[in-house]
Amino acid sequence: MIKAVMVINTQGKPRLAKFFEYLPLEKQQELIRNVFGVLCSRPENVSNFVEAESIFGPDSRLVYKHFATLYVIFVFDSSENELAMLDLIQVLVETLDRCFKNVCELDIVFNYSKIHTILDDIICGGQVLETRSTEIMRAVEEISKLEAAPNAITLIPKSSSGWLSR
Amino acid sequence: MGSQGGFYQSKEFLDLVKSIGEARSKAEEDRIVLGEIDTLKRRISEPDIPKRKMKEYIIRLVYVEMLGHDASFGYIHAVKMTHDDSLLVKRTGYLAVTLFLNEDHDLIILIVNTIQKDLKSDNYLVVCAALNAVCKLINEETIPAVLPQVVELLAHPKEAVRKKAIMGFHRFYQKSPSSVSHLVSNFRKRLCDNDPGVMGATLCPLFDLITIDVNSYKDLVISFVSILKQVAERRLPKAYDYHQMPAPFIQIKLLKILALLGSGDKQASENMYTVVGDIFRKCDSSSNIGNAVLYECICCVSSIYPNPKLLESAADAISRFLKSDSHNLRYMGIDALGRLIKISPEIAEQHQLAVIDCLEDPDDTLKRKTFELLYKMTKPTNVEVIVDRMIDYMISINDNHYKTEIASRCVELAEQFAPSNQWFIQTMNKVFEHAGDLVNIKVAHNLMRLIAEGFGEDDDTADSQLRSSAVDSYLHILSEPKLPSVFLQVICWVLGEYGTADGKYSASFITGKLCDVAEAYSNDDTVKAYAVTALMKIYAFEITAGRKVDMLPECQSLMEEFLASHSTDLQQRAYELQAVIGLDAHAVESIMPSDASCEDIEVDKALSFLNDYIQDSIEKGAQPYIPESERSGMLNISKFRNQDHHEASSHGLRFEAYELPKQTVQSRIPPASLASTELVPVPEPMYVSESYPTTTVSSASSDAGSTELKLRLDGVQKKWGRQTHSPATSTSSTTSQKTVNGITQVDGSNTSNSRTRETYESRKQQVEITPEKQKLAASLFGGSSKTEKKPATGHKISKSSSYMVEKSHVPKSSMEIASEKKAPIQQPPDLLDFGEPTVQSNAPSVDPFKELEGLLEPTTEVASAKNHSSTAAATKSPDIMGLYTETPAGIHNKDDGDILSGLSNPPGTHMLGGTTRTQVAQSSKGPNLKDSLQKDALVRQMGVTPSSPNPILFKDLLG
Repeated sequence: MIKAVMVINTQGKPRLAKFFEYLPLEKQQELIRNVFGVLCSRPENVSNFVEAESIFGPDSRLVYKHFATLYVIFVFDSSENELAMLDLIQVLVETLDRCFKNVCELDIVFNYSKIHTILDDIICGGQVLETRSTEIMRAVEEISKLEAAPNAITLIPKSSSGWLSR
Repeated sequence: MGSQGGFYQSKEFLDLVKSIGEARSKAEEDRIVLGEIDTLKRRISEPDIPKRKMKEYIIRLVYVEMLGHDASFGYIHAVKMTHDDSLLVKRTGYLAVTLFLNEDHDLIILIVNTIQKDLKSDNYLVVCAALNAVCKLINEETIPAVLPQVVELLAHPKEAVRKKAIMGFHRFYQKSPSSVSHLVSNFRKRLCDNDPGVMGATLCPLFDLITIDVNSYKDLVISFVSILKQVAERRLPKAYDYHQMPAPFIQIKLLKILALLGSGDKQASENMYTVVGDIFRKCDSSSNIGNAVLYECICCVSSIYPNPKLLESAADAISRFLKSDSHNLRYMGIDALGRLIKISPEIAEQHQLAVIDCLEDPDDTLKRKTFELLYKMTKPTNVEVIVDRMIDYMISINDNHYKTEIASRCVELAEQFAPSNQWFIQTMNKVFEHAGDLVNIKVAHNLMRLIAEGFGEDDDTADSQLRSSAVDSYLHILSEPKLPSVFLQVICWVLGEYGTADGKYSASFITGKLCDVAEAYSNDDTVKAYAVTALMKIYAFEITAGRKVDMLPECQSLMEEFLASHSTDLQQRAYELQAVIGLDAHAVESIMPSDASCEDIEVDKALSFLNDYIQDSIEKGAQPYIPESERSGMLNISKFRNQDHHEASSHGLRFEAYELPKQTVQSRIPPASLASTELVPVPEPMYVSESYPTTTVSSASSDAGSTELKLRLDGVQKKWGRQTHSPATSTSSTTSQKTVNGITQVDGSNTSNSRTRETYESRKQQVEITPEKQKLAASLFGGSSKTEKKPATGHKISKSSSYMVEKSHVPKSSMEIASEKKAPIQQPPDLLDFGEPTVQSNAPSVDPFKELEGLLEPTTEVASAKNHSSTAAATKSPDIMGLYTETPAGIHNKDDGDILSGLSNPPGTHMLGGTTRTQVAQSSKGPNLKDSLQKDALVRQMGVTPSSPNPILFKDLLG
């Protein structure tokens, strides 16, 4: 299962952190710091995998990808495939890119809850749930539409149409 | 920016983010955040906050907490938001609580009711939000409260809801398998869901279930194979394609499952050969995801019953990985090689140069993976080279965790394969010297024991040679300035025991050295204690041998110091030394016999030698001793405590509504029987688990009987007194002050970057292989054609250490399991496979009767399955639904019941679609590639590679 998803910028500031097993706040911060410490000391042109057992305990691997000013990091155990996780990062980023038309660091900061919505659609309870970015997009747009509607704040619509009903 | 539409955020929040982004130091950032916390604390408790504002405050709290500051004052507001009627507010509330709270938090009890209500909502978005919370926040105690609803949602019309429900249900299973064990069959049902996405999600829990118990899912092998076949043949809707691969994530999960099911099972494996071979051929090795699938194929092939043809394809794929320029692929190649050499050790030879390249690569991850591979392929012929390399690497790194690991591996390899005693001792010395404090103390004890007991054979001269060479090397090493404590303990012990044994060194020389050690490491009491005891041994041996003992002056002063030491242990040892020196030779010999460290000491536990003394005392009128357990008073207390504990544990939480109050007269008349029916916690008896309700009922009824008329407060108090009621953790926000100075570290990495790249390039330039490397290759791989097996030699020195004894248990137990399994399931010929945890874990839970059934069933089922698989491969793929009717014969009747693609396409058209779709896919490849290249270039500036949907590709699907 996937243990954590993090987005850290190249300055070491966390931009998104989601742990699928509960960890106390201090521990989360410590992990983020440690991960950043490892990542920023890695040279370029090396693999995207890092031995993470010293940070996250036994049976844990870490895959990261470096985009412009951000590191996207997935931590998971041996029941997942490293290369596939690398592509899951790609799925996440592709989705963000569609969502925000050329995603950049600021988009992630300013749309904090939207990113979480997207992540909740991709990963649920530490398991990969959905990998089609078109599908995720449709779900997110559905919610956006509801939230943009003037009366959305006061009522739950009886039933929402469109999404997924063929 | 238009893209932010819908997710409302105020200017205040933007300013906050901006100012944090511009903060120059951690302290400045902390100050800004603390200010923000103050503002939020004040604002959030104001009355009548508009909902939109409240939502934003909560988001800001989440953000503040991500930065590492405590926001617990706002948790209750997040909980309140989940109760809200508005979808938007509710969703935000759920998001916040899943991030803030853990499953044992006190506030959870306030959310469970809302979750229950929301799971029944008409709006599926509400249901989805509630299910997200279920995945994160429900613990063992609260599972019964939501279980019925979640199970119901498994059949919800929306696929998104079904998927989340499966995940929630899976989570329950992970948390408490016993509470949902009777519903596990639901996962099997969902496997034949109409929607491939739901089917794919079901594979996650099934993978876990199969990992735990392989045997009860053997019947699904054929279904999995046929699903995989359909996926690989592109029968899923095009939307599932990812980078031109058909549903690769589903393929990977399926291959993982097949690897588990086929492990050590020839018949099941035979069903898989065709489809795995197909995937090998079809996989596109130019894309990352294609390689991920290929890698999974290799893992599958190396796990299932070996097939020469597949092994060949796997070896080909590995060599492609290893020859690649990408570090990722080489990493995967090394990993895959490590799996495959268990089955066919000879393939390592052809990749020797690639492996050595990886060993010298600047990438640390790759290097470590390669060491793991070397560890796996160590043999007596190459152990010296490999361990030397490992030690060199161990010396070069600073990461203590990995240093420990590699040190323990060195020790393990040295113990197993040591070519000579000399080498063994030298190797251990090196390990201790460089990683002494990280090595488990057990390893040191093993080393001492090895030296004491010798290497097995009854050859006494070899043993004494070993010891004197150890003494020699230790005396040499003692001149080094700083040695780890553990190593010094070993040295002291060996010098004390064997320092003077061969007569090469005089007692005064050895004692002088020992005194030096005790003085040099004067702040380490353990080392000093070892040194004193070693001194005592040497003097004792001298006295026994009839020589006169002269204590060195420095030794005497040391003793005086220890006699007055604060450490009672040291003091006692010093006094003992003094006492021993004063005794005559005969007494000393029985106290400190020479070379007797391996003799067992018999302890008279009953203290029988005191019997006379006791007899005397009793005759003189003393009280006889009464054992503690028979003494009065103690008994009652422990009993009482037991009862108390039992009562506490039987009070579960109730989640259903309380019944309407009845008239007092009525409740008083029927005593126990009514109360017991009232208190059954779960309304539907269908979902009642076996153990839980019965205990509640019995304790409730006895309760009711004894305390009929009193106020029943005891239960209430217990409920809140449980351990889950943790004290509120108020953490000061100033604790995390450790700053990571990003700028300087980045600088450092830049310089190291260029340096490593330089060396890397210079290495690349010399294309011809250096003779050194070839030599290394020869020493590593040269003997590999002899195919010696690791466990066979593992028993070589099993006598010598308990560590080894533990190891030798492993193959034994796995052999037992293998023999239990018997006829239909054949173990692969490979002995190295015994480490597989899957085989071991399920064995103990096997019911002997079930096992008998299992022996009968598979033979018939598998036989028919075998027939079927050959036909399936030749004709069309079978219907997945049909497989659940338990009669595999039924499958043949349905000609092309392709459920997966059939239901997602309009019925009737899919027969045509199957042929035309592939054509379109091929013809559209040209323009598609060009398009995507352009887009690639455009967006690469952002560091993102998109793959937007191609409208041409979808046309034929919808048509």
